[in-house]
Amino acid sequence: MIINHPILGPRDAQEFVYLGDESLIARPDGLAPDAIGAFHDYLYLRNNPAGEHRELWYHEQGDRSWLVVTRNTVTHVITKVEMARDVARRMGRSK
Amino acid sequence: MSQINRIAGGQIERSKTLNFTFDGKSYTGHPGDTLASALLANGVRLMGRSFKYHRPRGPLSAGSEEPNALVELRSGARQEPNTRATVAELFDGLEAKSQNRWPSLAFDMMSINDRLSGFLAAGFYYKTFMWPAAFWEKVYEPIIRRAAGLGSMSTLEDPDSYDKGFLHCDLLIIGAGPSGLMAALTAGRAGARVVLADEDFRFGGRLNAETHEISDMSGADWASEAVAELSTLPNVRLMMRTTVVGAFDHGIYSAVERVSDHLAVPLPGKPRQTLWRIYSKHAILAAGATERPVAFENNDRPGIMMAGSLRAYANRWGVSVGDRVAVFSNNDDGLRTAVDLQAKGVDVVAVVDSREGGALLPGIRHLRGAQVIDSEGRLGLKAITVRLANGKTETIQTTALGVSGGWNPNLNISSHHRSKPHWREDIAAFVPGEGGPVNLSAVGAANGAMSTHAALTSGQSRALDILSALGVTAKTTALPKAEDAPISIRPLWYVNHGKGRAWIDQQNDVTVKDVKLAHQENFTSVEHLKRYTTLGMATDQGKTSNVIGLAVMAELTGRSIPETGTTVYRPPYTPVAMGTLAGRSRGKEFKPFRHTPSHKWAEEQGAVFVEVGMWLRTQWLPRAGETHWRQSVDREVLATRKSVGICDVTTLGKIDIQGTDAGAFLDKVYANTFSTLAIGKCRYGLMLREDGIVFDDGTTARMGEHEYVMTTTTANAVSVFRHLEFVRQCLYPDMDVQLISTTEAWAQYSVAGPNARKLLEKIVDQDISDVAFPYMGAGNTTVCGGLRARLFRISFSGELAFEIAVPTRYGDALIRRLVEAGQEFDAVVYGTETLGVMRIEKGHVAGNELNGQSTALNMGLGKMVSKKKDSIGMPLSQREGLNDLDGYRLVGVKPVDKDQPLNAGSHFLEIGAAPVAENDGGWLTSMVYSPHIGSHIALGYLKAGDQKIGKHMRAVNFLNKTDVEIEIVSPHFFDPEGERLRG
Amino acid sequence: MRYSGFRVIAEALSGHKGWKPVWRDPVPQAEYDYIIVGGGGHGLATAYYLAKEFGQARIAVLEKGYLGGGNVGRNTTIIRSNYLLDGNEPFYEFSLKLWEGLEQDFNYNAMVSQRGIMNLIHTDAQRDAFTRRGNGMILHGADAELLTRDQVKAMYPFLNFDNARFPIKGALTQKRGGTVRHDAVAWGYARGADTRGVDLIQNCEVTGFKIENGKVFGVETTRGYIRAKKVGVAVAGSSSKVMAHAGLRLPIESHVLQAFVSEGLKPLINGVMTFGAGHFYVSQSDKGGLVFGGDIDGYNSYAQRGNLPVIEDVAEGGMALMPMIGRARLLRTWGGIMDMSMDGSPIIDKTHIDGLYFNGGWCYGGFKATPASGWCFAHLLAKDEPHKTATAYRFDRFLKGRMIDEKGMGATPNLH
Repeated sequence: MIINHPILGPRDAQEFVYLGDESLIARPDGLAPDAIGAFHDYLYLRNNPAGEHRELWYHEQGDRSWLVVTRNTVTHVITKVEMARDVARRMGRSK
Repeated sequence: MSQINRIAGGQIERSKTLNFTFDGKSYTGHPGDTLASALLANGVRLMGRSFKYHRPRGPLSAGSEEPNALVELRSGARQEPNTRATVAELFDGLEAKSQNRWPSLAFDMMSINDRLSGFLAAGFYYKTFMWPAAFWEKVYEPIIRRAAGLGSMSTLEDPDSYDKGFLHCDLLIIGAGPSGLMAALTAGRAGARVVLADEDFRFGGRLNAETHEISDMSGADWASEAVAELSTLPNVRLMMRTTVVGAFDHGIYSAVERVSDHLAVPLPGKPRQTLWRIYSKHAILAAGATERPVAFENNDRPGIMMAGSLRAYANRWGVSVGDRVAVFSNNDDGLRTAVDLQAKGVDVVAVVDSREGGALLPGIRHLRGAQVIDSEGRLGLKAITVRLANGKTETIQTTALGVSGGWNPNLNISSHHRSKPHWREDIAAFVPGEGGPVNLSAVGAANGAMSTHAALTSGQSRALDILSALGVTAKTTALPKAEDAPISIRPLWYVNHGKGRAWIDQQNDVTVKDVKLAHQENFTSVEHLKRYTTLGMATDQGKTSNVIGLAVMAELTGRSIPETGTTVYRPPYTPVAMGTLAGRSRGKEFKPFRHTPSHKWAEEQGAVFVEVGMWLRTQWLPRAGETHWRQSVDREVLATRKSVGICDVTTLGKIDIQGTDAGAFLDKVYANTFSTLAIGKCRYGLMLREDGIVFDDGTTARMGEHEYVMTTTTANAVSVFRHLEFVRQCLYPDMDVQLISTTEAWAQYSVAGPNARKLLEKIVDQDISDVAFPYMGAGNTTVCGGLRARLFRISFSGELAFEIAVPTRYGDALIRRLVEAGQEFDAVVYGTETLGVMRIEKGHVAGNELNGQSTALNMGLGKMVSKKKDSIGMPLSQREGLNDLDGYRLVGVKPVDKDQPLNAGSHFLEIGAAPVAENDGGWLTSMVYSPHIGSHIALGYLKAGDQKIGKHMRAVNFLNKTDVEIEIVSPHFFDPEGERLRG
Repeated sequence: MRYSGFRVIAEALSGHKGWKPVWRDPVPQAEYDYIIVGGGGHGLATAYYLAKEFGQARIAVLEKGYLGGGNVGRNTTIIRSNYLLDGNEPFYEFSLKLWEGLEQDFNYNAMVSQRGIMNLIHTDAQRDAFTRRGNGMILHGADAELLTRDQVKAMYPFLNFDNARFPIKGALTQKRGGTVRHDAVAWGYARGADTRGVDLIQNCEVTGFKIENGKVFGVETTRGYIRAKKVGVAVAGSSSKVMAHAGLRLPIESHVLQAFVSEGLKPLINGVMTFGAGHFYVSQSDKGGLVFGGDIDGYNSYAQRGNLPVIEDVAEGGMALMPMIGRARLLRTWGGIMDMSMDGSPIIDKTHIDGLYFNGGWCYGGFKATPASGWCFAHLLAKDEPHKTATAYRFDRFLKGRMIDEKGMGATPNLH
């Protein structure tokens, strides 16, 4: 596979390490009252769609960017690649 | 006997003679021959035996689809089983042996299976060999295993080397027949970057095997001219002997170039084969088509082959397979064989044409509406029996029969992404369907365009489309003139006659009867058919057999062929040598070595090294006279604890963490707190995974207000860094914090022991007294009169200890300085074994305890997890299952009898308890011999271990049958108060 | 119809006219007591044991494609019970015991062959870990032995002992491990279930569940609505897709695992071998093909095919371990979809919906589990309580912190 890195252009997927669903960005508050329940859902449950999937890849053999890649899990066609940091900010994460 | 079947013409170099042997017998051939063409020229038709019935077999084809003529090529360490004689290029001195027969090819004892074939119908083995139960492994299976298999391997290491390469192009063209060449000319002339790959050792594809003309010259000459032009274009790469074997995502294809297989041994410095990974923007599948047979009784005898192959042997290799030749066809293409061979002066005795009516071939006995119903000749064809249109049968003496049941487009690559092929009634064949690899399209015969004209047209027009998609302007040139005859097929899959066997899959011996039995037993889905009968599972992946099997099943079930199913091919297109896929990654080069800065010095000292991930670390450093590793390790431990020892700890991961939020960041990634750490101090840090399990540990130092240096374990250096970047970029994107891995930037040595300070005072430029540089101190400093360095007062050994780091390029010099400076203290350099002894004596956890399954609580470090702040892993570490009161706790273990050895991996059992899982108390994680305790000691995870200190139990190892009475003790065996390290 | 050597001979002499269909093609009934979704190995075994061991009737298996078309038809055929953890080992040992009597039980030769499995050791830490494992296996009643380097060499002298990047230091072996003819397992169970009146319905895809007030009443299928008292889902690979119809999110990702077979070769390797310093394991089929595999590709996929880097990685492992296989040719590669769970272990449990049961999360280890999985799922369906060897395979183990994490990789499915 080839991932079109937003900064570096097309790179072989072998340079990257895969993590999983972009929802792993949405880490709950660890000090909230039902943190265990919220963290269970966050860490363990997945939509796992057959089709478009937004997922985290890390450019380990490159610039160390975490990316959010929109890829079809049936055809493997990639339609979008974003910097995970930008996605995280859009999801309201900050410090 | 010398090439008795060699006839005029062909593309072989007759002026040169090549000698070769088959089953020990010598023959001659010429450059340009394949092993099969040369053997046929010498009158040898029998080349192999089938898998199941051991039927005598000759080549069915002249290409890579060959199911029958498989041989063991070469000998010794280069012996290569299952090589298809039809594609093995002849070289001088070639040695080949027939395979899967005993004692000889002509007389094979295993052909008894053929006589017993009635008992060996499809799937018979699923219904028997069940009684008595123990007999399967002991009796039946060993016999089956010995009988099965095809060729045999050498057990010697493959002496040849293999390479890998990468290519990038605008357009990959797979196949250099008329359509591929035309596409290459069109794209190449327009300046596109083109890779043209063909599996053959001569470009031109079927043009080499036909008598067609293009632009008033022979097809082969036209191909030569096209290749000559293409070779002048710098933007075109011509790859002969290169098979594109697989289609992967995003335009990536794998291809195998047989660099040296046409030579006796590879030229010096050259690989045997190269695996190319081709990155293409577009790809054209111009792989042509494969002819398929018609099944009839005894249609598998040597001498019976595809009509197109019979004609290829004549036209390309100047070989007539027999002195009398017949043809059996259901289409016009098959008739060409008769015409071409007759023109070459071969005696064509009959053309059996299953189609009724229509024109007759002039000057040839053309039997319309007739079918071949049987054949004779045990080791080679002698005669065929023909049922004529009038219903009468006639036996015709012939030694070669060309059969054509039509042509299947070579759509294999197009189905590697599991797209379903599409059935075309007009050519009675599947063509590539929708949903194949993105930007791959098929042209020519691979797409069902069967005439030369159609091939040229489709190659050109597809190339023009791609050029326009690439934004390249191209001139349209007039197409060369070529034949455009229709194939005129009237499908005939098998001859419905008699009770004998009619082969579909020749290698696996799948007959029409087997398909009928599968139907009778309701294995009617195409996948069941394949799996139950083994149809298409042989080394040819059913290239000549799948469609016929499908058609027979369609007829039996009354469904159409596309309703019955389609065939989807798996990569690779043709089998690929394992060595090619592995390339240079073998032997010592399987994975790279990482050497520490002291490696060269340690090598000079005769150190013993150990693999730690990709690192090689010093395991121990034997001295003269030491014959057992324990002598060395005990000495290193005792000397360190008595005076001072030096150890290379460079392999530990090091990460610089800087920024105004660095402290807050560390509070997130560590379970304990770092934002409060004083500048110039270190702290032990415990890092959890989000699931609350311990991920890693190490010391992290605060070098400045916004500047920390983290260390990780050797094993987790990479994964911790990745994790930190995830936390930084994905969880807290606005934190002002930057990370860089400095593992390889700093050479780091531990100097430990009562004399550590004295030794280092000779090296470090600053005051390192306990007051100036107390326990857990850290800071930037200089050594040896001005070299920048980092100094940490940390201890894994439990001794007064420092870790000193200098830029990596000074690592070799520093170890030499340290050793020199240590001479007056009898300093030792110690390796990982001694490191392990000292850390276990101190009860520190390491790899065997940090197993990814253990919590801080298990390790006795539960209090380190701060509940006051939100850190990675804190929330889920509070789950009930991770906080069981009787869960595992880290304990120390001593044998009650000091002389009894312990084994890591032994399990805890109560004294007198039965050895069953319910009584399993846990296990010993790490074990060493402690010269201070004078016995083996171990760490272990014991259920409710914190409540069992002082208790006697057993450490049981069933694997070496030891059962040792032990005492459970605190894991801190040595200096539990830590007085030494504060000294 | 009972199969035997005598029957084969009798049929051969009479032209094989008497062989009956191995299963019927029944029309779906309007209602069943039990519907098993998924006609792969686990679903067929479940139906078989439900009928045979638990005496249940009115059972249907609904299969989207063809029987045995799940991962039972595309695996590397290995059976073993060399698990580390208490949550797993009793279950896999139960499975191995069922394998040992399976062929006589269902009267079908699935070629269960206990030629042994050997996990090679390359480091001291690996030896420690395998010693822990071997002792755990023995405590659970399984068999295990530790072999020295020389013992390994005596068995397989052609392994790389002299020039290896990661030297072979020994092996953990389980002699009762081995291989099974995978398709035959599906066919044997299917035949046994069909004989006992189970309706095996192919080309019948479940497109939805009828759920009211927290209870399941039946399934919508491409062949119409079918009522059922209890519905068991055993569709590993597609678990998330099917259970989404019932509104469930699972602790599972779907990943592709590639597998490989070489051309047929005369016998080289008797048992199963795993390389401890790379991603490679191998056995040789009775037909002579080397069957081997390695790591999953590592990204979510439903494509049933993989990419080149893993193929190369596996071949590199093979060459590093067995430098003589350079000239053996890889014949075919294929990919299967794995239910990769969050701790690498499976789930056999009720759902929060009354009457809806789930069996999945088998990662790449489901084949060897087939008999016990079927038995335990049938037990759960029939008795509404877990079989004693499968009590740990609960959905709520992640909430409770009772993960069964053999590899210690945490909630990272692609690393299990």
